[in-house]
Amino acid sequence: MDYSGIFTYMHSEIVLIAVIVIAFLYDLFATGERARKAFHPLMCVLMAAVAVVSLWPWPSEGGEVFGGMFTYEPVHAIVKGILAAGAFIVLLQSDVWLSREDTAHKRGEFYILTLSTLLGMYFMIGAGHFLMFFIGLELASVPMACLVAFDKYRHNSAEAGAKFILSALFASGLMLYGISFFYGTAGTLYFSDLPDRITGSPLQIMAMVFFFSGLGFKISLVPFHLWTADTYQGAPTTVTSYLSVVSKGAAAFVLMTILVKVFPAMAEEWRAMLYVVIVLSITVANLFAIRQHNLKRFFAFSSISQAGYIMLAVISGTAFGMTSLIFYVLIYTAANLAAFGVISTVEQHSGGKVDMADYNGLYRTNPKLAIIMTLALFSLGGIPPFAGFFSKFFIFAAAFSEGFKVLVFIALLNTIVSLYYYLLVVKAMFITPNENPVPAFRSDRSTRISLVLCIAGVILLGLVSSVYDGINAFTFGM
Amino acid sequence: MNILSLFPAIPLLMMLGLWLSRNTKQIHAVMVTGSALLLALSLFLVFEYAGLRKAGVTDPMLFTDSVMWYRPLNIHYAVGVDGISVLMLLLSSIIVFTGTFASWQMKTDVKEFFMWFCLLSLGVFGFFISLDLFTMFMFYEVALIPMYLLIGVWGSGRKEYSAMKLTLMLMGGSALLLIGILGIYFGAGATTMNIMEIAGLHNIPLSLQRIWFPVVFIGFGVLGALFPFHTWSPDGHASAPTAVSMLHAGVLMKLGGYGCFRVAMFLLPDAAAELSWIFIILTAISVVYGAFSACVQTDLKYINAYSSVSHCGLVLFAILMINSTAATGAVLQMLSHGLMTALFFALIGMIYGRTHTRDIRQLSGLMKIMPFLSVCYVIAGLANLGLPGLSGFVAEMTIFNGAFMNDGIFYRVVTIIACTSIVITAVYILRVIGKILYGTCTNPEHLKLTDATWDEKLAVVVLICAIAVLGLAPLWASEMIHGSVTSIISHILN
Repeated sequence: MDYSGIFTYMHSEIVLIAVIVIAFLYDLFATGERARKAFHPLMCVLMAAVAVVSLWPWPSEGGEVFGGMFTYEPVHAIVKGILAAGAFIVLLQSDVWLSREDTAHKRGEFYILTLSTLLGMYFMIGAGHFLMFFIGLELASVPMACLVAFDKYRHNSAEAGAKFILSALFASGLMLYGISFFYGTAGTLYFSDLPDRITGSPLQIMAMVFFFSGLGFKISLVPFHLWTADTYQGAPTTVTSYLSVVSKGAAAFVLMTILVKVFPAMAEEWRAMLYVVIVLSITVANLFAIRQHNLKRFFAFSSISQAGYIMLAVISGTAFGMTSLIFYVLIYTAANLAAFGVISTVEQHSGGKVDMADYNGLYRTNPKLAIIMTLALFSLGGIPPFAGFFSKFFIFAAAFSEGFKVLVFIALLNTIVSLYYYLLVVKAMFITPNENPVPAFRSDRSTRISLVLCIAGVILLGLVSSVYDGINAFTFGM
Repeated sequence: MNILSLFPAIPLLMMLGLWLSRNTKQIHAVMVTGSALLLALSLFLVFEYAGLRKAGVTDPMLFTDSVMWYRPLNIHYAVGVDGISVLMLLLSSIIVFTGTFASWQMKTDVKEFFMWFCLLSLGVFGFFISLDLFTMFMFYEVALIPMYLLIGVWGSGRKEYSAMKLTLMLMGGSALLLIGILGIYFGAGATTMNIMEIAGLHNIPLSLQRIWFPVVFIGFGVLGALFPFHTWSPDGHASAPTAVSMLHAGVLMKLGGYGCFRVAMFLLPDAAAELSWIFIILTAISVVYGAFSACVQTDLKYINAYSSVSHCGLVLFAILMINSTAATGAVLQMLSHGLMTALFFALIGMIYGRTHTRDIRQLSGLMKIMPFLSVCYVIAGLANLGLPGLSGFVAEMTIFNGAFMNDGIFYRVVTIIACTSIVITAVYILRVIGKILYGTCTNPEHLKLTDATWDEKLAVVVLICAIAVLGLAPLWASEMIHGSVTSIISHILN
């Protein structure tokens, strides 16, 4: 067997593994006070390097390793790069939280666990075989449960971890059950061999539904969303932000590639299923979001509805839809991480304030954070000239071009609802008076860098069309 | 660089300048320089445009430019102007200029206020120069969202409620627009987003046009205060700060009428001709209902807001008549209404700033206390009710003339119904003038008040001059409009 492709097609995985090993060894041996201080900057730099290496579209031709278990396409490089960039920003925002007395000694664990989940996502994206995909998925989920329960002495966090691991296991079990049906009916689990053997028999449809439900849990689509709000609220804010963008983005991309590449024969079935799921996800999540007072729960529901929008690209099933999906995930990452960055830094500097009422009058004391939050929310709500407007427009255009006019209309009506609750936060920060607002503070340097990066993304990613063109160049041969 | 690109570029630079400003003096300097530049630029454009037309240039759009933006959807940054948009640019820059002076006395968060104000005007200018559906829609939304904060933070009265209501209703309209734009784009073969090219292709099947015309028309109609989607307007205008009311009623509501004409009717011509009767009935209701509602209001801003519903309804009413006389009247009405509503809202803001009430039951005898503002208020009122010599007369005369020219009992009847608004307008205008300006002042506090300061006088005088110019010498404007309107109307009719 030819293993020469390992160092070319798997180069980003190898670099990531190297970083994990470095983190592990550093955590073990660098115990001096100065060395501990240098840990955070070191990891940020390494993570930035991973992002750059992943994003570099090299090699420019696709290929496969391990006899087709692992595949590589240039578009994978783009997606992996975006995920790595998201993880980089999450690391930047994590410093204050990790410097607390109860977490400081676990700093290394946080890095290793986070990067392990990222590695799992890389394998998920690169998988060419259902078992490989499953291993990637588990690698992305199990360490994630540890991360969610990271503040384990806080009651909420432990509960959230338990909730997460139980639903993740249930979803995995369901998915594995579905995969076994495929093996039974088709006799293979290779993505490249499956399409010819998919006949659309009732058993296979059932298998596909199980598979979809499993991924639906990861992306937290309605009706598989019930774990989301509690987990998001209970998890440490940094982990919540990681959960809401990076893991969701990876799962959405994988869902689209598998549906389009492996199940073209059942397109009618999965489109019908997605149709219902999209309408439910967007509508139900929006209605629940209106009633939330805790910002982390609020963003949990917001992220469910955003996932619903992402599925609009999946339902189109075209290369244009794929470009729009990646573009959407990129911009969603920038905007959501900006919002979570603000929530996290406010929480750390105000003794754990995360209620919407605590944000009343934030503009008077911390104008810059309020502006960043506003821009992020505008982007999430799809207001130009911020990037979210462009990504939403392309998502809608992608679904519309395949004839889903009514669906697009329903989604558009929902953007008004979502704008309403995003504006509630803006109202709290700018308009509602407050006698003792969050006092003015100065956030740490790496958080500031992360927020600047995110806001630059929110403003520029849409206006500069070359980003979109760049993604488009790679998805064309999808 | 294309001259038209300067229109959105200057507000952008103004925002940058404001961001760097350290005190109120610098902020004012930035605003005055920027808005004066815009005014000069738009005047220059008017003369340049008239000169080119006189020289015999017959292209439908002048000063065009197009840069590829998003290739996969053929989205360009495409700009160009015809007679209609040139005048709209002029109107917008006059209002931005006078709005700056009308908010000269503002005390709280001046810098932020003007930054959002500039963003709003950036959207407006961008909208009027755009020829690409996507870019146009983008600027349209850029113009809408600052309203939320402008009303919510700097407004008065039930500002939070009004701001949210206005934003959500207008965003609802733009949701319709977005799907309508996609419908037009894919309906026309997904090859171009350029308005002129789509119109040239003229290949959208009638069955699709029947779906998208109402969608797009209502989408823009929400902003143009089309009945029954006008309910954001009274609350929004009443709660907004002065300069924002001016810009919103004066310019932003024109975006609705302009969009209905330029996008809905021009690109979906067959359905427009077929379905116009439905919207004619709705707009006739707007016209009369708005006027009647204004009669029973007691808040000065509400009176004016309902009056705007009535007058903007007339704009939509006129373009739906699909004849070039009425459409010329519609554009004249946009100009005239923009100027006089801005004048009204400026004056109301100045009166409110002194008396702290806008309730007409608590105001009286202001003529003796603040003669300058009162006389101007009378002039604004007379322009509003269509006194010959001022702009309102020219516009409404042309509209009703044009509307009556259409054959058919239906058109004649609705025109007559719409004409009654002239009388009703006179009722509410004269009632207010009689009540608040004349008589004896009953509130001793009001006797101590002073008349307009220099900055207020400047704003008001500029607006009155513009109204008088349009009223006394309308021919240059109506010629400019007529040429451009005719080509659109003949496109719809064929």
